[in-house]
Amino acid sequence: MHFTVVFSGLSGVCDRLRQARVRTPAAGSFSNVVSVKMATVLQFPASVSTFNNYNDLYPDWTQREVSTGTTIMAVEFEGGVVIGADSRTTTGAYIANRVTDKLTPIHERIFCCRSGSAADTQAIADAVTYQLGFHSIELDEAPLVQTAASLFREMCYRYREELMAGIIVAGWDPRRGGQVYTVPVGGMMTRQPVSVGGSGSSYIYGYVDSNYRAGMSKEECLKFTAEALTLAMERDGSSGGVVRLAVISEQGVERQVILGNQLPKFSTV
Amino acid sequence: MASVSVCQYRPGGFSFENCKRNALLEADINKLGFSSPAARKTGTTICGVVYKDGVVLGADTRATEGMVVADKNCSKIHYISPNIYCCGAGTAADTEMTTQIISSNLELHSLSTGRLPRVTTANRMLKQMLFRYQGYIGAALVLGGVDCNGPHLYSIYPHGSTDKLPYVTMGSGSLAAMAVFEDRYRPNMEEEEAKRLVRDAIAAGIFNDLGSGSNIDLCVITKGNVDYLRPHDMANKKGVRTGSYRYKHGTTGVLTKAVTPLNLEVVEESVQTMDTS
Repeated sequence: MHFTVVFSGLSGVCDRLRQARVRTPAAGSFSNVVSVKMATVLQFPASVSTFNNYNDLYPDWTQREVSTGTTIMAVEFEGGVVIGADSRTTTGAYIANRVTDKLTPIHERIFCCRSGSAADTQAIADAVTYQLGFHSIELDEAPLVQTAASLFREMCYRYREELMAGIIVAGWDPRRGGQVYTVPVGGMMTRQPVSVGGSGSSYIYGYVDSNYRAGMSKEECLKFTAEALTLAMERDGSSGGVVRLAVISEQGVERQVILGNQLPKFSTV
Repeated sequence: MASVSVCQYRPGGFSFENCKRNALLEADINKLGFSSPAARKTGTTICGVVYKDGVVLGADTRATEGMVVADKNCSKIHYISPNIYCCGAGTAADTEMTTQIISSNLELHSLSTGRLPRVTTANRMLKQMLFRYQGYIGAALVLGGVDCNGPHLYSIYPHGSTDKLPYVTMGSGSLAAMAVFEDRYRPNMEEEEAKRLVRDAIAAGIFNDLGSGSNIDLCVITKGNVDYLRPHDMANKKGVRTGSYRYKHGTTGVLTKAVTPLNLEVVEESVQTMDTS
């Protein structure tokens, strides 16, 4: 089947890695070790490179893996979902891309918010986009958001040792309306009315828990998301840049960008 | 979903066969007091910018082996297809081979589709290969070209993540080059301004980063035309010596001269004709 072509890319390397971890000696020869539990809570940066321990010619950030440090968020409302993310991608202390788009379309009305390793999340999103597109053509109807979330969960759980990816899947389908599913590091999947993720999410759990009300309108959700992201970006070093927002509903997708100088202002920040 | 057997052994991915042997050899060499040769890296400043009619790619030309310059004039802008070129930073062998492999595959793909290849196709192929090798292939690339959808520019990291941007820099000198870009980049520049901007960005890398140096190569890609300017700017010409250290004949006086002829006897003489046809 077609899916084996897609899976073998990941499974091949993952099996090799499983075998390789037994054999590779401690003295590394190339770049950094991949498996670092950069969870949404821990703030420690990615692992130390073993290639050149100290060398002026090759500064630290040329050897770090690229990570979307990140704050991502998704909120359900009557008739759709609002999703939002910051726009910073870092390699160590250097910002590799200050205008990243972390809101990735998986299908016409299904998006995913990516956090964790940039390479891992891009590869997973590409694979799931392919699988969901195939599935949708087979069914000849719009896929369910739960299906997309399941595909993400399947991949993130199966390869949990090799991957570092925290993903929020959100979208609209005709059967159940607007839905938000969170698939954090480790591969759990659960539906939540509001979900935050990424390294910056730790700073806004209190704000989200106290300010979320069920039955908010689209405009209220947009304001809520923009303010939460702004607060997180202000406190988290790995989040910043602009705020990207998207509203997914039966009518389609509306995207907007809030630039740095247009962000909501708070008294202490 | 299709059920995939994870237990099945799948070939491919990086081969770690020789790691144990290499570690033993390294230990042996270190015991004798020598150090094993480092992989040649292109310390590097590479960058690219999208302008009105296309893309300008730029690179320095220094390749280093540890703290020594291995090649003063290496070419870091690699051919991918007639309308797509790729600058490479990181391990020199990795960038060279990766770009050659994708160039070959892209040519076959282009013959199969009957169309000029797209930059996004090259990007997909590169990112999927680099992700498969989980960062062990140390190739950081700046991919640029012009296709039926206009000019495109991508930066590709060794672990397989890519960014599509109007201006990118990579390599050890990327911070110096990015500083120049952030100051002077404007959308829809003219060709001369874009070339000047890229030249200045690479120059910033060359003069402020130890891993970059020598000349500046440029590659200007527009719809239907590629200008590969190598070198575009010889920023580090070797100076001309102002004086000569040669001594004139007769400077050193000869006190005594003794000639000892070496009597050599021809024992055997044979002629082997070489086939030069």
